[in-house]
Amino acid sequence: MASNAYVEHAPGYVDNEGPKVVTSRFGDPESYRLANYEDTGGYNALRAVINMDPSDVHGQVRDAVLLGRGGAGFPAGVKWGFMPPVWPRYLVVNGDESEPGTYKDRLLMERDPHQLIEGCLITCFALGLNTCFLYVRGEMALAQERIAQALNDAYEAGYVGRNIMGTDVSIDVVLTWGAGAYIVGEETALIESLEGNRGMPRLKPPFFPAAKGLYMKPTIVNNVETLSNLPWIVINGAEAYKKFGSERSPGTRMLAISGHVNRPGVYEVEQGKVTFRDLFYGDNFCQGIRDGNELKMFIPGGGSAPWFFPEQLDIPLEASDVGAAGSMLGSGALVVMDETTDAVKACLRVVRFFARESCGKCTPCREGTTWEEKILQRINDGYGRMEDIELLLSIGDQISPGPYPAAAHEAEGLTAVPFPPRQTTICPLGPSSVAPITSAIRRFRHEFELRLPAAADHGFRPSGETSSGSEIADNEVVS
Amino acid sequence: MSRLSAANVLLAREIISRYPRPKSALIPLLHLSQEQNGWVTNEAMEHIAELIGVTPAEVLGTCSFYEMFKREPVGKYMVNICTNISCLLNGGEELLHHAEETLGIKPGGTTDDGLFTLEDVECIAACTEAPCLQVNYRYEYRIDNQGFDRMIEDLRGGKRSDIPTHGTLGRIRQHIDSDRGAGIESPEKTGKPDWFASREPVEEGAS
Repeated sequence: MASNAYVEHAPGYVDNEGPKVVTSRFGDPESYRLANYEDTGGYNALRAVINMDPSDVHGQVRDAVLLGRGGAGFPAGVKWGFMPPVWPRYLVVNGDESEPGTYKDRLLMERDPHQLIEGCLITCFALGLNTCFLYVRGEMALAQERIAQALNDAYEAGYVGRNIMGTDVSIDVVLTWGAGAYIVGEETALIESLEGNRGMPRLKPPFFPAAKGLYMKPTIVNNVETLSNLPWIVINGAEAYKKFGSERSPGTRMLAISGHVNRPGVYEVEQGKVTFRDLFYGDNFCQGIRDGNELKMFIPGGGSAPWFFPEQLDIPLEASDVGAAGSMLGSGALVVMDETTDAVKACLRVVRFFARESCGKCTPCREGTTWEEKILQRINDGYGRMEDIELLLSIGDQISPGPYPAAAHEAEGLTAVPFPPRQTTICPLGPSSVAPITSAIRRFRHEFELRLPAAADHGFRPSGETSSGSEIADNEVVS
Repeated sequence: MSRLSAANVLLAREIISRYPRPKSALIPLLHLSQEQNGWVTNEAMEHIAELIGVTPAEVLGTCSFYEMFKREPVGKYMVNICTNISCLLNGGEELLHHAEETLGIKPGGTTDDGLFTLEDVECIAACTEAPCLQVNYRYEYRIDNQGFDRMIEDLRGGKRSDIPTHGTLGRIRQHIDSDRGAGIESPEKTGKPDWFASREPVEEGAS
């Protein structure tokens, strides 16, 4: 019976009603130990798989329509099929969870490392991959400890390494580290980092990792949650998996819902079967907005996602529906903002993140995000110029040309602009910085206008000083 | 002398052996040197360059990209307070202000006694537990001002044995015994695994 309450040893995780594919062991305080994993069916999937035809294993994953959980939502089974007949081949696990609002992969690594390891081994077996590198974000010390211990135990027990379970199958899984860079979550930047370089993305094509990845060899990069689904799928079958969720998006996924809700938490949810309204207000989930406040806006898919508003509450958790409505589900990070939220401040903070994390390779992003942040900072502090709002939109257009994805705003007669945005850049970081700007200005333009000094005539006072210091030095005249 | 100690050189060689190319061990070795010295020194970077066969400039080139590597001395305890969107909505900025006042430093600064360095960081993946912070990469969740003060006091009093000094990440290391490993070679020396080749379907008409 689900307790519908927080699980203390998995901070933030709520044991809500519903099927548990990847969080089934979260109720056990010692779920990360090998003995506990084995007692609950652990490594039975590997045992089954190792007697199968590798291509049958691949087929099962393809049939299950396992969509990637890292943000792009690309079907894993399809991605697996892109590799040319070239060796060596590698698996790189993307454990670099850094998207603002996202919190799930860390829990999976800390609470159920063996499930992840087993998922890696299944993948390596299915595709004939030589070695797996489990890349964990540098700041996640506990996750590193759990995985290191799990690997040491799994090696000793014969689940990893030479002659797995006494068979001729030999696969190594190596724990490796990030060192603090959001951009390294982008798969080609991750590969660069794993090669010992600055984490700068590569252009795709030609550098699709499945074709030219680690050391320019075919490489599968999969998210932690994606791989964690594999043991369950192998044991229970693709058909059983597709009984959960919806036809277009089978299965479950982990969502982190944070911000101004009464019960922020990490929930395992059936895709397509709930709406945003269910998630924010439902008793099985976040139980409403704090203090009885009204919803002002919410981010449906992490810092990179355009904002949604009360009108979008009844959209189901379906990637294509959310995309058509002007945003994305991304990495399953929902951030709820109530009526007390300052739209300019929220926009500034998200843009500041992208400006700080820009790798610097592409000019529109490197220069553009810096300008975006500076302009938003001076608007926020009451020193903005009359032309700044249009300037922001113009900079955004240089990074991501054309109408930017946005939610419909019927009161203003604006229809939705579907996702994804275009990009003049090698990776989507620069274009992502435009999401909060377009969203906030389109919907709350008056909040920006009120901040401009000319508005002082209407009795408006600039906001207080920020702790980071206001960058008001650009008082030079713009020609 | 901040070059890697003899024991750490052995560890470094073990780490290097787990990658098909030595340069892939660059970031792990920078972490190892930071664990040893508390920060990343020029001597350590030169030593790492020798160990993996690149130039010191290449080591610096990679090192300087990543936030976690501190190329100047920092406090014993690195206090990282998140002010990204989810934490901002739940008091992250107020917590940062309180930290600045209590410690008497701005983000990036270190207290005079060398104990604390304060940083204003980006999302640390604990968004439902906002506001949150990390001390030497160990979490404190839903922390208010009193909780912060208590934490600082405990750290000053040496009462937090669960928090190692700056630079130490996971305290459990992976080891692969030579008789248990599948074997990792350079990409040039690695071909299709025999176990996969033997399981491939035989093509019709093949001899």
